[in-house]
Amino acid sequence: MNMDTPSLLSIQDLEVRFRTEDGEVTPVRGVTLSVSPGETVALVGESGSGKSVTSLATMGLLPRPAGRVSGGKILFRQRSGQTVDLATLPLPDLRRLRGAEIAMVFQEPMTSLNPVLTVGEQIAESVRLHMGLGHASALKRAAEMLDLVEIPNARRRVHEYPHQMSGGMRQRVMIALAMSCNPSLLIADEPTTALDVTIQAQILVLIQRLQREIGMGVLFITHNLGVVAEIADRVTVMYAGQVVETGSVGELFRTPRHPYTSALLNCLPARARRGEDGRRVVQSIPGSIGKVGNGCAFAPRCGQATDSCQAGSVLLETEMDRSVRCLRWREILA
Amino acid sequence: MSASPLLVVEGLTKHFGRTPHLVRAVEDVGFHVAPGEVLGLVGESGSGKSTIGRLVLRLIDPTSGTIRFAGEDISKRPERQLKALRRNAQMVFQDPYASLNPRLRVRDIIGEALDAHRLAGGARRTERIGELLETVGLPATHMTRFPHEFSGGQRQRIGIARALAVEPKLIIADEPVSALDVSVQAQVLNLMQDLRQRFGLTMLFISHDLDVVELMCDRIAVLYLGRIMEIGSTDDVVSRPRHPYTRALLAASPKADPDAPKIRRMLTGDIPSPMAPPSGCVFRTRCPMATEECARSIPQLRSAGEDHQFACHYDMAHGERPAAA
Amino acid sequence: MEQSSLLLFLRRMFRRKLVLVAFVVLCAIMLMALLAPWIAPHEPTTIRVVRRLKPPSELNWLGTDEFGRDILSRIVYGARASLGIGLAVVLVSMTVGTLFGLMAGYFRSLDGIIMRVVDALMALPDILLAIFLVAVLGASAFNVVLALSIVYTPRVIRVVRASTLVIRELPFVEAARALGVSTRRILSVHILLNVASPVLVQATFIFAYAVLAEAGLSFLGAGVPPELPTWGTMIASGQQYADQAFWVVLFPGLAIVLAALSLQVVGDGLRDMLDPKLRKAL
Repeated sequence: MNMDTPSLLSIQDLEVRFRTEDGEVTPVRGVTLSVSPGETVALVGESGSGKSVTSLATMGLLPRPAGRVSGGKILFRQRSGQTVDLATLPLPDLRRLRGAEIAMVFQEPMTSLNPVLTVGEQIAESVRLHMGLGHASALKRAAEMLDLVEIPNARRRVHEYPHQMSGGMRQRVMIALAMSCNPSLLIADEPTTALDVTIQAQILVLIQRLQREIGMGVLFITHNLGVVAEIADRVTVMYAGQVVETGSVGELFRTPRHPYTSALLNCLPARARRGEDGRRVVQSIPGSIGKVGNGCAFAPRCGQATDSCQAGSVLLETEMDRSVRCLRWREILA
Repeated sequence: MSASPLLVVEGLTKHFGRTPHLVRAVEDVGFHVAPGEVLGLVGESGSGKSTIGRLVLRLIDPTSGTIRFAGEDISKRPERQLKALRRNAQMVFQDPYASLNPRLRVRDIIGEALDAHRLAGGARRTERIGELLETVGLPATHMTRFPHEFSGGQRQRIGIARALAVEPKLIIADEPVSALDVSVQAQVLNLMQDLRQRFGLTMLFISHDLDVVELMCDRIAVLYLGRIMEIGSTDDVVSRPRHPYTRALLAASPKADPDAPKIRRMLTGDIPSPMAPPSGCVFRTRCPMATEECARSIPQLRSAGEDHQFACHYDMAHGERPAAA
Repeated sequence: MEQSSLLLFLRRMFRRKLVLVAFVVLCAIMLMALLAPWIAPHEPTTIRVVRRLKPPSELNWLGTDEFGRDILSRIVYGARASLGIGLAVVLVSMTVGTLFGLMAGYFRSLDGIIMRVVDALMALPDILLAIFLVAVLGASAFNVVLALSIVYTPRVIRVVRASTLVIRELPFVEAARALGVSTRRILSVHILLNVASPVLVQATFIFAYAVLAEAGLSFLGAGVPPELPTWGTMIASGQQYADQAFWVVLFPGLAIVLAALSLQVVGDGLRDMLDPKLRKAL
C-alpha cells in the first residue's frame, strides 16, 4: 500500500455470507484491497472467485436479505475528508454517496438503463438529484456529458432511447451517467465483457482518459488478463473468495508470487509453448474451484502444494506494496 | 495442401428475412479446408462467422453458393439425403449449458448419436459411451448423471464426446471456449489439440479471440459484416496482416503483457448493422484510409503471396496508398 | 426423478404454507370422489318427500334438497362427476393441445393455420363458446367434455407453441439435428421433455376452469342431464328454493369454490417452483 497517499477505498478482511436453501455460504472470506485517488486497481478472478460479490458489497448492492457483510470493513474517504465504513453505513447515506462520490458501470448496459426514458432524461435526472440543477441546465449538462464520452451528435442523441443505440454506445451512456457528478471512485464491473474487441478498445481508452482528467480512483473488476495489463496500475487476484496476491501490474505479470497467479497467466493462449512434438500447448490448471477446505484453497489444484498447505488457514503476507497468500512462495520462487 | 480439400465453399451467401428487414449475414464467402487442417474464422458480432458454421452443416439453408463436402455438393440437398454429412461433420457449441438437454442423462445424450446412425447397440453401446467419455477425460461412470451435475468445462467435454461419437471427419467448433474460465479454457483447448492429432480431425474453428485462433489454427479467415477481409496461413495473417481491418483487430486485442505497447491506434465508430451494410467495401466507414473508390466498388480478394489473400483496394505493403483524402 | 430430488421438489413446493393447505384440500376432495360409496351417509338419489328442504341437522349434516335427498351425499357423489369431467377435459386438451402446439412451434409452415384457428377460438368468451357447442352437440356428459376440451385446447396450444419456439432454437436441438436425429425424436424427446413443466402448470389451471365451467353450464341448463348429480346441477335445480333453503345452493357452491381455489393455488405453487428452475436448467 502506498503510504503517502491515503487510500480512497480500503477494504479490510471483508467477509460476506449468503443464506441459501442449503444453509449459509461464504463466497467472500478475506478480501483486503485498496484504491488510491487517480489509481486503477484491477480485481481479477475466475467465476466463483468472489470478485463480483466483493464489488456488490462495496456498492451496498448485496441482495437483501439473503446476503450480508459478516466481517471486515469497507472504508471510503469522502470528499469532506471524513472516512466512513460502507459496510455499516445506513442505506439513505449510502444512496447519497452512490452516484455523487461513488459511481458504477456494469457489464450489461441495457438492463442498467431505463428503457422508457431517453438517455438525456436519465443523465439529467441524476444531475438534478446530486447537483441540484434545474431542468433546462440539467439537460444541457447531459448533452455535455454525452459529448465527454465521445458520442457523436450528442445534442441530437440526448433524445434517443437506450434501445436505439448499439451496445458500445449504451456503455458510453452508462459511463456518462456515472461521470455526471464527478465521482471520486468508479467501480466498473466487467464493463467491456459484452462488447466486441474493437469497441472494447474504445471503452478502455475512454475510461483511462476520463480517469486522468477527473483524477478518480477506479476499481476495475474483470476476468480478462489482457484488459488488466492494458488498464491497471495495480492488480488484486482473487481465488475462492480470498485475495491471493496483490501487486503492481508490471511485477505481478513478470514475477507472480502466488502459484495460482502464475498458473493463471500460463493458461493464456498467448503464452503457449511448443512441446517436444512441435505443437504449441497451453498450460492448464487441473480440476476446478471446488469445496473450500481448511488450508490453502488452491492447494488441491496446486502443483507445488505440500501437506503443510492443507493444514491450516494461510494468512495474507504483506511486504512493501505486494501481498501474497502462500506459505511456500519464497521456496517456490527461489 | 497437397490432398484435395475436404471442404470447399464458394460464393456462399445467406440472407435472413425480407426487405426492408433483410439481414445480409453472409455475402459471397469462399474458402477451402484441407483434410487434417484447422481453419479459423475470426470476427466480431455481425461478421457471419457462426452463420457460416451452420450453413456448412446445413442446419440452415444457404441463399446461394455451393458447399462441397468430400467432393460432393451438399448445398441444395434435402435433409433426407444428408445422412453422410450428419455422420461426417459435427459441431461443438459455445454454450456448455444450453447445448446439452437438461432432461437427459449423459448416456442418452451421447447414445443418441450412436442410435441415429445405428453405430452400436446393447452392451456395445454402453461400452462405447464409456470409451467416449474417457477419450475426453471424464470417468465412464459419469454416464448416468444429468448435465447439471457437471461444471462448465466438463459439460463442454461431454459436448465434444457427443460430436466424436459418430467418428466425424470435420468438426465445426463454434466459440468452444469463450464461455469458459481461463484455466478451464486451457484444458479444453489442449483436449481439442490432442483429439485433432489422435483422430486426424479437420476443423473449422470459430472464435472472436485472436489469441485462441492463433494457437489452434493453421489458417485464418478474418470476417467483417459477412465478408472475408483476409485469409491465409496463421503466420501470414497474424504477423504480416495486409488488410486494415486485420491490423485494427490485432491492435485492439489487449495483450496480457504490461510491457506490450498499449492500445493507441484504434477504430472509431460502431460496427454497422448487417441490415444496412455500407456500399462498396463494408469496412470503409471505419477504415482509416478509405477513399471514394472504396464506397464505389467492392474490393475482391487479391493475392498477397502463396495462400494469402486480402480484400482491399490498396496494398500498403506495396506503397499503394490512397491519395491523401 | 430420484428419491432425493423428489424430496427437494416437494420441500420447495410446500415452502409456502398456503400451497400445502391447498394441496391437502385437493387430495381430500379427490379422495372423497374416489371413496364416495363408502363415505356418503345416504344414497344420493333416494327421494324422501317428507324430509324435503330440511335445514342441516344431525341426520342430514348439510340439509336436504327439494326432493328430500341428502345434500352431503350428493356433494360427495357430485365430486365424482364434476372432477371426472374436469379431469377428462384436462387429459383431452393436454394431449391434443400439446400435439398441435409442438407442430405449430416446430413447423413454421403449419404455424399460420393452427394459430389462426386458435386465435379465432380464443376470441370467443369461454362460456359462450361452450354453451354454443353443447347446444349443437346435445347435452350429455361426453359432449360437455368435448365442448370444454375445444374451449381449453387453444390455451395449451399457445403455451406449448411458445415454449417450443424457444426450445427449438437452443443448441441442444441444433446438436440433435446435426447428428441426424429424426424430427420425431427431436419433438418427442428434446422438446416435449422441456415443455412438460409449463404444460403441467397449465393443466392445473385448466382443471380449475373446467370444474367451474361445468358448473356454469349445468347452472345454465346447457350441461349434463339433471339426474346426474354434479355440483353445477345441484345449484341449478336448487336455485328456485334458495330464498327459503339457502343450504341447497350454498354447500355445492362452497364445494366448487374450494375445489377451484385449491387447484389454482396448487398451480401457482407449481409455477413458482418450476419457473426459476426451468430458466436455470435451460
